Amino acid sequence: MNFIGGIIDGVLLGGYYAMIACGLSFMFGVMRIINLAHGALAIVAAFGLWIIADRWEYDPFLALIIVLPVMGVIGWVLQRGVLERSARSGELIPILSTFGLAIVLENGLFEYFGADVRSLAPYVGSLSYDSFDIGGSYIGELAILTFVAAILLLGGLQLFLTYTPLGRQIRATAEDPDTVELVGVNSRFVNSVAAAIALVTVGLAGLFLGLRTNFDPYSGSLQLIFAFEAAVIGGTGSLWGTLRGGIVLGVAQTLGANIHPEGFLLAGHGVFLLILVGRLYISGPTLQTFLRSKIGGVFRAS
Amino acid sequence: MSLLSINALDIRHGLLQAVRGVSFHVDQGETVALIGANGAGKTTLLRAIAGAHRVSGGDIRFDGSDITATPAYQRVAMGLALVPEGRRLFAAMTVEENLQIARASGRKGEWTVDRVLETFPMLKARRKARCGTLSGGEQQATAIGRALMTNPRILLLDEVSLGLSPLAVDLVYKSVEYLISTGSTILFVEQDLNRALKFANRVMCMLEGHIVVQGNAKDLTREQITDAYFGHKRRTQSERAS
Repeated sequence: MNFIGGIIDGVLLGGYYAMIACGLSFMFGVMRIINLAHGALAIVAAFGLWIIADRWEYDPFLALIIVLPVMGVIGWVLQRGVLERSARSGELIPILSTFGLAIVLENGLFEYFGADVRSLAPYVGSLSYDSFDIGGSYIGELAILTFVAAILLLGGLQLFLTYTPLGRQIRATAEDPDTVELVGVNSRFVNSVAAAIALVTVGLAGLFLGLRTNFDPYSGSLQLIFAFEAAVIGGTGSLWGTLRGGIVLGVAQTLGANIHPEGFLLAGHGVFLLILVGRLYISGPTLQTFLRSKIGGVFRAS
Repeated sequence: MSLLSINALDIRHGLLQAVRGVSFHVDQGETVALIGANGAGKTTLLRAIAGAHRVSGGDIRFDGSDITATPAYQRVAMGLALVPEGRRLFAAMTVEENLQIARASGRKGEWTVDRVLETFPMLKARRKARCGTLSGGEQQATAIGRALMTNPRILLLDEVSLGLSPLAVDLVYKSVEYLISTGSTILFVEQDLNRALKFANRVMCMLEGHIVVQGNAKDLTREQITDAYFGHKRRTQSERAS
């Protein structure tokens, strides 16, 4: 495989990672919640699509009509039932409760679906292995579809946050939930809508995950790691940044794999660590004081 | 009937009782000044009226209906707006966005982004600037404008002159004067006695959670208010009533 081809593949893979990371980045950056159940929830969506495709022979793309609203409702319930309550008890509790939720979801799925590996690829004809021939190098149709979908999703969300009244309310609520009430915004409602939107994007992530790879009930954690890396490399709070982060991660992995078969994961994690350590180094004193105040606060509170 | 009436209000910060059995009312079109030393309970009282702080006793009535348990955002929809102490703008958002946010309650009225910018001409050039980059006076103007965007029937102003240069304070009060001239109902906290007496029809002075003196601005002398302010003559409402 040549170098240019590797870059193109990496960029397209980055689109996939951005797709997976979108919901996480939205929750992390806009709502300031670290959702460790992100990967497990994407798998829940993938299983939902799989059931509909398997039992009723619906095209997974068509099955989104059912699964996305359901994911939205799950997001609403998640916010009201788990995130809102745990956020009141400090900054660590939402992380712990979503971690617990991930375990519950994974084992629940395992209980019901067993350990069999599933995929959505058989239900979409030849889409998952068709490719375009561009000047001698082949580029997967699904990879391009994923990339375009990621751009539309992240761009659409960014525009929504910037230009619509609800988007402004979501940003303002994230910045100052108390003051936003004083200007007439129902912050509880806004947060629930935001969580619903985040989970709808997780549903989309589930679709592309299921089309691209095989999944089983425990596949969520690896997806969570890649999503996290994409979100962190891109910088939190910026949805476009997540696309950039996904591309950096994807390119690093593909080039790493070109060098050595083991290089795929190694190069990805390596770039992530380099960027992370670089940022820590640059923002040195500010970050130290930040951590001290946060961690100090957590320990004082407990 | 009064637009806003407060009856025997108790408010606590944990064990500390910040407001003790306070009763007063504000009529339509009145401008009422609330003065008092730091820690007298003025900000707490205003925040409770706006719904940002829970009360532990008494009731708040707005236009005849009991709003003691009404959430803050619904009070805004009824026409009650607070300009909080320290301005509390959304720093990462632009002036225009801060103003637009306040349209959330959907209360109909005359205030638009353009009208706010006309009322505060200094904001015109900063329309697209992030609020974090504004000067103190510009921030305060934005905060007042944001409250006006909810088309309030009563405006609560909490120390709008705090941390501003004298020039900026004059500019802010010029716009407050304009609001008063349009017949707005205003309840404002102010540390500067001269200003309070100049703009208000009625003055209330708080000390240690009680309202110790209240009366028409022209009937009260500076000495009466200063005595109440520093607690030289301790007389609470409840004592006077008995």
